Amino acid sequence: MLIFECPYCGVKAEETELHAGGEAHLTRHGAGASDDDLKSYLFMRKNPKGVHFERWQHANGCGKWFHAARCTMTLEVFGTYSAQTFEPPAELVKKIKKKRPDWEGWT
Amino acid sequence: MSNRIDGMGRLLNRDTPVSFTFNGKTLSGYQGDTLASALLANDQMLMGRSFKYHRARGVVASGAEEPNALVNMGEGARFEPNQRVTTTELFDGLTAKSQNHWPNLNFDVGVINNYVSKFLPAGFYYKTFMFPRFAWKHVFEPIVRHSAGLGKPPTEADTDRYEHFYAFVDVLIVGGGIAGVQAALAAGQSGAKVLLVEQTAHWGGRAVVDGAIIDGKPAEEWLIETLQTLENMDNVTIRTRIMGAGVYDHGYALGYERITDHAPETNAPRHRLWRIRAKQIITATGAIERPLSFAGNDIPGVMLASAVRDYLVNWGIAVGQRTVVVTNNDDGYRTAIALKQAGLEVPAVIDVREQVQSNLAKQARALGIEIREGRAIASVKGGKRVTGVGVSIMQGTGGAQEEIKCDCVAMSGGWSPVVHLWSHCGGKLNWIEEHAHFAPDPKRPPLGDEGQGFVITAGIASGAMETGTVLQNADAAGKSAAKAAGFASKRTRVAKADDVATQVMLPAWILPTNALPELRAKMWLDFQNDVKVSDIQLAAREGYESVEHTKRYTTLGMATDQGKLSNINGLAVLSDALGQEIPQTGTTTFRPPYTPISMGAIAGEARGEIFQPLRQTPIHQWHVGHNAYMEPVGLWHRPYCYPRGEETHQEAVTREVNNTRQKLGLLDASTLGKLIVKGPDAGKFLDMLYTNMMSNLKPGRCRYGLMCSENGFLVDDGVVARIDEDTFLCHTTSGGAERIHGWMEEWLQTEWWDWQVYVANVTEQFAQVAVVGPNARKVLEKLGGMDVSKDALSFMGWADGILGGFDVRVYRISFSGELSYEIAVPASQGRAFWDALHAAGAEFGAMAYGTEALHIMRAEKGFIMIGDETDGTIIPQDLGLNWAISKKKDDFLGKRAQQRSHMASKDRWQLVGLETLDGSVLPDGAYALAEGENANGQRNTQGRVTSTYHSPTLFRGIAMGLVLHGPDRMGEVIEFGNIDGTTISAKIVDPVFYDKEGIKQNV
Repeated sequence: MLIFECPYCGVKAEETELHAGGEAHLTRHGAGASDDDLKSYLFMRKNPKGVHFERWQHANGCGKWFHAARCTMTLEVFGTYSAQTFEPPAELVKKIKKKRPDWEGWT
Repeated sequence: MSNRIDGMGRLLNRDTPVSFTFNGKTLSGYQGDTLASALLANDQMLMGRSFKYHRARGVVASGAEEPNALVNMGEGARFEPNQRVTTTELFDGLTAKSQNHWPNLNFDVGVINNYVSKFLPAGFYYKTFMFPRFAWKHVFEPIVRHSAGLGKPPTEADTDRYEHFYAFVDVLIVGGGIAGVQAALAAGQSGAKVLLVEQTAHWGGRAVVDGAIIDGKPAEEWLIETLQTLENMDNVTIRTRIMGAGVYDHGYALGYERITDHAPETNAPRHRLWRIRAKQIITATGAIERPLSFAGNDIPGVMLASAVRDYLVNWGIAVGQRTVVVTNNDDGYRTAIALKQAGLEVPAVIDVREQVQSNLAKQARALGIEIREGRAIASVKGGKRVTGVGVSIMQGTGGAQEEIKCDCVAMSGGWSPVVHLWSHCGGKLNWIEEHAHFAPDPKRPPLGDEGQGFVITAGIASGAMETGTVLQNADAAGKSAAKAAGFASKRTRVAKADDVATQVMLPAWILPTNALPELRAKMWLDFQNDVKVSDIQLAAREGYESVEHTKRYTTLGMATDQGKLSNINGLAVLSDALGQEIPQTGTTTFRPPYTPISMGAIAGEARGEIFQPLRQTPIHQWHVGHNAYMEPVGLWHRPYCYPRGEETHQEAVTREVNNTRQKLGLLDASTLGKLIVKGPDAGKFLDMLYTNMMSNLKPGRCRYGLMCSENGFLVDDGVVARIDEDTFLCHTTSGGAERIHGWMEEWLQTEWWDWQVYVANVTEQFAQVAVVGPNARKVLEKLGGMDVSKDALSFMGWADGILGGFDVRVYRISFSGELSYEIAVPASQGRAFWDALHAAGAEFGAMAYGTEALHIMRAEKGFIMIGDETDGTIIPQDLGLNWAISKKKDDFLGKRAQQRSHMASKDRWQLVGLETLDGSVLPDGAYALAEGENANGQRNTQGRVTSTYHSPTLFRGIAMGLVLHGPDRMGEVIEFGNIDGTTISAKIVDPVFYDKEGIKQNV
C-alpha cells in the first residue's frame, strides 16, 4: 500500500486511490515505425532493482496521471511530478543521484 | 478426573462454569478457559492426528504458535476447520470435533502411514511424479487426493457478519505484554495518537505468568496501574483480541479483531479487519519458545516448558503429575520451580549443559529438584500419552539409557523473538550467537515513502531477554516512534526491574548430539507437517541447498503455523547437514498474515448484494415489476428476458424476438456508454482512437467505429454521432464506458496533452430506449412532436426534438436489422418516457425485450459483439471489418501493430457464419477439428465458435465462428467437437443470416 503525493491536487494518496500505469517516459512509435522501435515501445520494459520511473493515476481522486520516481527495493519515493513532460525534473534527478551515488541515470 | 489445582489459575472465574462438547462428549470448564486448557482439565490430552502419518497428537503450546491441536469448530453455517484450541476462548455451548482421522480420534486407520513412513520420505509427493508414468494417474494421485488437505471446508454459507474498520494513528503498537504497555506509555506521554493492540484477551504477556517484579511490586500490579494510566489518556486507545496480522508498504498494517468468537450470540460482527495507517509501528510481539529435537518429542504429553507453566499459572492445570523438564537454557527451570512450588513432582531437570550454576538452577536445587547435567532425552516412551523418558549422555549416540517414569515432558530449546511483523515489509535480521536466534537489525528497518524507517521493535521482540532490559528497550522504542512521528518525547521515568543473571544457553539442535539414524527418524521438527530431522537431512543429501527450496520439498514450516516452532530448529539441522553456519542458510520469507485470518474478515461487508457496486437504469423498477430475469453486464443489472406465466426463458426470448421482428420491441438501452468528446481537436483525437475516419463525419450523422489497443487488438466498438463542429457523442459498449473514458483521458493527459479536447462521461445522464420493429415509426408518430420520416431522419442520422412532450435525441441506428430508433431522454424522465411508449405502442404490439433477444437479433444480422467475437487477441481484420479501417489516415492506435507479420498473416482464423447440417445449436466455444494431433497428443484445431444461438426467425441453430481461411471456404462442411467426444457437422456460410441487403432497417 504505497503512498504517493499527487503533484496536481497535493493529496498524499495511498494505493487504493491510485492506478498503476507502468514505466514512464516511453516514446510512442506509431505508423511507419521500424520493427525495433515498435518492439521497444510495445514490449521492452525496464525492470530495475533500484530507481524506477513510473506512471500513476490518481484514479479515485482528481483523476490526473502523474509520474513518480521510486526505489523498487526499499520502496522509497524520491518524488512525483507532472506526466506532461518528456523527462524528470533536473532537481529530482539531482536528489536521486545524491541518495543513490551508483545510480546510472534515468534514460 | 480433574487436573485442576485448587487456588491456582489467574485467568479463571471459578464461579462461572461453562459447558461444551468435544467429539460429542459434554465436558465442563470455567469462564476464562481456552478450549486447550478446558480439554487438559478434562484429561483430554489427545486432541488430533498429524497430517501425514496420522500420529496421535496433543497440544504442545499455549498460544498462537500451536501446530497440533487444530479442531473443527461449530456446526452447519458456523462450521470452521483448523481452529487452534489454544487461541479459542471457551464459551457455553461450544462444540468442537477433532480432525484428520477416520473413523475416530482414538482409532485412526490413516495411522498406517506411520508404519510405512520409510516409504513416505521427504519429497514423496514430487517423487511420485517421476516414474512410472501410469502410476501417477492410477496409483498415487487417487491416494494423494484422498489424504490431502487439513480439515474439511464448510458446506454452508457463513451466517456471521464481518466488517472492515479504518484507523489512522501516529504510533501503532502490536503486542500487549509489558514491553507494548511500556512503549505505549512512552509514546502516549509525548502526545502522539497511539493504538495498542493485543491478540489475546489478556494483557501482560509472559511477565505476569513468570512473576516478574517491576518497580518493586508484582508485574500484575504494575500492569493494572499502567493500563489505567493509558485508559485515562485521550490520545491512547488500547484494545485486546486484535492480532497484528501484517505490516505492509509505507506504514499500512492489518489488525484482525475477534469480536464475538468467545460470545457467538452477541449481536455484533464476528470479526473486524482493522485497516490501519500508522506513521510508526512498534512490534512488541514477544518471543516463542523452541522445542527440542529428541526421539518421540511429538508424543502427547511432551510440551513446551513455557506452555506447561502457562497452563499451571493461568488456568490452574497440572498437565502431568510427574513432569520431566528438558532444557538447554535457564528458562526451563522456571517451569520446574513453578511445578514444584505447586506441589507437583519434578523427578528431574535434564540439562544438556555440562555445568549449571545459575541462580535459577540453584533455586531449583534448593527445592530438592535433581538436575542431570550434560544429559539428554534419548527417547520418549508411550503412544497416546507419555509414560517415561530414556535419558542418555548428551555427547553420545543415545545408547545406554536410564529410564525415568513421568507423564509429562516440558522442553525448552531457548527463545526466538517474533520477528514476523518486522520482516513482512523488508526489515532485516541478525543472527545472535549468544541466544541462537535471529533478532531484528535496528539499522535495517522497513522503509517508508520518504526513506525513513517505520518499524521499531520493543522488548524481547528486539532480543532483550530480561525484564529490566525489556522495559528500557520498550521505553526507548516508544519515545523514538513518537519522535519519528513528529512528537517531542517527554523525559519520563522508566519502570525498573532487575535482570536475572542467567547462564548462557547451549544451542542443542539434536538430542543427543550423535543420535543414531533410528532416533533421528523419530525427532519431529515440524509437528503439523510431520517433518523430521531425517527428512531435512535427506533433502540436503538430495541436493537441496536453498532454505526456500527445502521448505517446499519437505513442507517444513508450511500450513497454518508457518513454522513458528520449527523454523530455527529446521534451519539449524539443514545448516549442519550442509556444513555451513546458520546465518549463511538464512530464513524463509515471512509473509502475512501472522496467523490465519478468516475469509469473512477479508471480505468484510462485501458479500451478497453489496459484493460490488450495483448499477441500475432509471427503468429498473419496471423490469423488476415485469418479472425480468436479470443478468450482470459489467456492474449493470440488465433484463435478460421477461418470462410470462409458466414460460421458460427460451420461450420468453423466442416471443420477444418474434414480436420485435413482426411488430414492435422496446429495449432499455440506458446502459450504453455515452461519452462527450469536445474541443477544436476532437475530430483529430477521434481519428487517432478509432480505426476509421471520424473527423469527416457531418453534424447530424452517425458512424459505427472500432477502437483498438496499441497492440492492434479490438477493445471496443460503438456508434459515434457528431453533434456539432466541436462535439462528438461516442457510444461505447455497456460494460466499457468507464474503461474507454479512462483510455481517452490517459491519451489526452499523457501523450497529446497539447490537444484541445475534453471528455465527459454522461452515461448516467441519459436514459435510452431502442424502439425497434416494423411499427417503430408508427408509435413515434403517434406520440408526435417531430418528423421521424425516412426523408427527415434517414438511416444513420440523428435529430433533437420533442416526442410526446419529452425532450429527446433520436438516433436512427439499428443493432437488430429492423427499422429502429434509439431515443435518449434525460435520466429523470426515462421511466415516464418508457411508460409513454408502452401506452402509445399498445395498439402496435409494443413489448419489452431483453438482452438475449438483442443478442440473437444481432447474431442473425452477423453483427459482432465485443467479448463474444473478441477476446483481447482479435484484430478487426479477423472479423471482416476491413471496411471500418481507414486507409486514408496516417495513423491511429493499433495501426502499426496490425502490420506485424503475424497480424497480417493470411492464416489467422477469420469470421464466418456456421450452420449445423441437422439444424441443432453448436456448443458455445466448440473447436473446429483438423486432421492429426499436436505434440501433446491433443487433436489439432482449425477454428472455434464465438456466438451460437437458436434463431426463432430461421427456426434453426445459427452461429458465428473464427475458422482458418474461413471466408475462402464458403459451403464447406467442417466438424466441431462436443465435450463427450462426438462431433457435429456444420457448413461454412456468410455470417449475415437475415436480410442480407439491409432492406428492413432502411425503410
